[in-house]
Amino acid sequence: MLPTIGALRVWRRDFESWKRYAPAFFVVALGEPLFYLLAIGYGLGHFVSDIGGHPYAVFLAPGIIASAAMNSASFETTFSSFTRMTEQNTYEAILATPCSVADIVAGDILWAATKSLLSVVFVLLVTALFGLLPSPLAIALVPVGFLVGIMFGSLGMVVTGRAPSYDFFSYYFTLVISLMFLFSGVFFPIEILPSWARIVAWVLPLTHAVHICRAFAGGAPGLDLLGSFAWMMLVTVVAFVFAERLVRRRLVL
Amino acid sequence: MSNAATTPVIEATGLWKYFGTRAAVAGITLTVAPGECFGLLGPNGAGKTTTIKMITCLATPSDGELRVFGLPVVASNHRALKARIGIVQQEESLDPDLSVEQNLTVYASYFGISPREAARAAEALIAFAQIGERRRDRIRSLSGGMKRRLMLARALINQPELIVLDEPTTGLDPQARRLVWERIRSLKRRGITILLTTHYMEEAAQLCDRLVIMDGGRIIAEGRPSDLIEVHVGAEVIEVYLSEAQGADKALLDRLTNSAWQAERVGQVLYLYIRDGHTEAAALALLADLEFTHRRATLEDVFLRLTGHALRD
Repeated sequence: MLPTIGALRVWRRDFESWKRYAPAFFVVALGEPLFYLLAIGYGLGHFVSDIGGHPYAVFLAPGIIASAAMNSASFETTFSSFTRMTEQNTYEAILATPCSVADIVAGDILWAATKSLLSVVFVLLVTALFGLLPSPLAIALVPVGFLVGIMFGSLGMVVTGRAPSYDFFSYYFTLVISLMFLFSGVFFPIEILPSWARIVAWVLPLTHAVHICRAFAGGAPGLDLLGSFAWMMLVTVVAFVFAERLVRRRLVL
Repeated sequence: MSNAATTPVIEATGLWKYFGTRAAVAGITLTVAPGECFGLLGPNGAGKTTTIKMITCLATPSDGELRVFGLPVVASNHRALKARIGIVQQEESLDPDLSVEQNLTVYASYFGISPREAARAAEALIAFAQIGERRRDRIRSLSGGMKRRLMLARALINQPELIVLDEPTTGLDPQARRLVWERIRSLKRRGITILLTTHYMEEAAQLCDRLVIMDGGRIIAEGRPSDLIEVHVGAEVIEVYLSEAQGADKALLDRLTNSAWQAERVGQVLYLYIRDGHTEAAALALLADLEFTHRRATLEDVFLRLTGHALRD
């Protein structure tokens, strides 16, 4: 089932409900990436040689931005969507209207991507102030952040569709999200990995997000990015189809 | 083309719903006419909510035919059907982070109602739900009765032709319950078709024009509340509370039983069902030394006779 305009209405509901929590969101969205940049980028980076002619913090910044987009969307479509689906019965209420399961799932994913976009904007501003973005092309990270949000929002929704309880998300965040955060080229170029590990790394969706972000931030986006975009698109579509099916099975008897 | 005024609002024929191998709804047939208030009664697990979910497009029938507003309830019609139905689900499902007013306007948006029209409709419904002074408050601060009235108001935002109420007053105190009943009656006066499930027999007797009693997924009785009472339990009920000795006194029990139209023993209580005037005097004469109560027959007597007195959960 494909989403319709109903998805935008669900998006608006999420936005209206979020407004009062906006200040808290910005503190978290900005806080964590900033701490990583300071501690790892400058702290640890002090002992690391330049990469590609730039200081380590410049290498790290686009990876942190891609991760920020991943985290914002992932939290939204796991913990928050699960609350709406179970405790609050929000999905059940919306499903009594002309909106479909596809609309609800797509609406929540769009909202998750919106939060990714907002965090990317904030982290981007801060990294720019630190002088960590060599190229003005870095502005492209804003729409890219949105796409990364759609992808991880969809993946999170798959997990939510299967989750029996909140505990289930611990597995996802520890085993999947943390793994990607550490081995997708955020902290070191994956080229240094043994070839089998490099192949695994290129399967991870975050690797492609980081690859795209770093290329734009460095001002040298090449045609190879098309492959990364295609892989992200494929992951997104497959995840969305599964998510819609899983959530539908839970809501429609 | 069928005539809109005579097309049944709900028409179920041999409707089944399986969960695995268990039939939650086992071949029910029912018809709800326009403007009618129709009740689904039954103990827990009787299949009421599953029936409602099928009618409101939230469960897919396993077999049989189901039409709402004359349209088959199939995926391609879900959007069109849901646009014309209002649902008050059993579980509270208001948006906790939105105000009373926003709960209505945001819900209106799901139907594609314009913001201006939504604001106007919300205004009228806030008055309908008698919740005007709380319009800017968040949901968390509302009482149970207010939440239920707001749920009812929200279900009316799309001006539905059919409103479906799944246990609309469960958990409410008597005052709050009566206020909800009064609101439901006002919907009935407007000619809106109402389908309701309830555990409260008084509620069904007060509100429903017609009802079915379900048990084990089947319909075991159907009719107007007053007819059901007359047919199944007569006009009056005498409940005799037997002592151990009286309970073992076969001669006494036979006399009591024979004095009534029908009788039923549940533990140490003997229910004597009495038809209009018939054997009442005879029964009362026998009761001189016994502990008993004598009252009018109610729908609850019908319900308990037909579904049994055993606990269901």
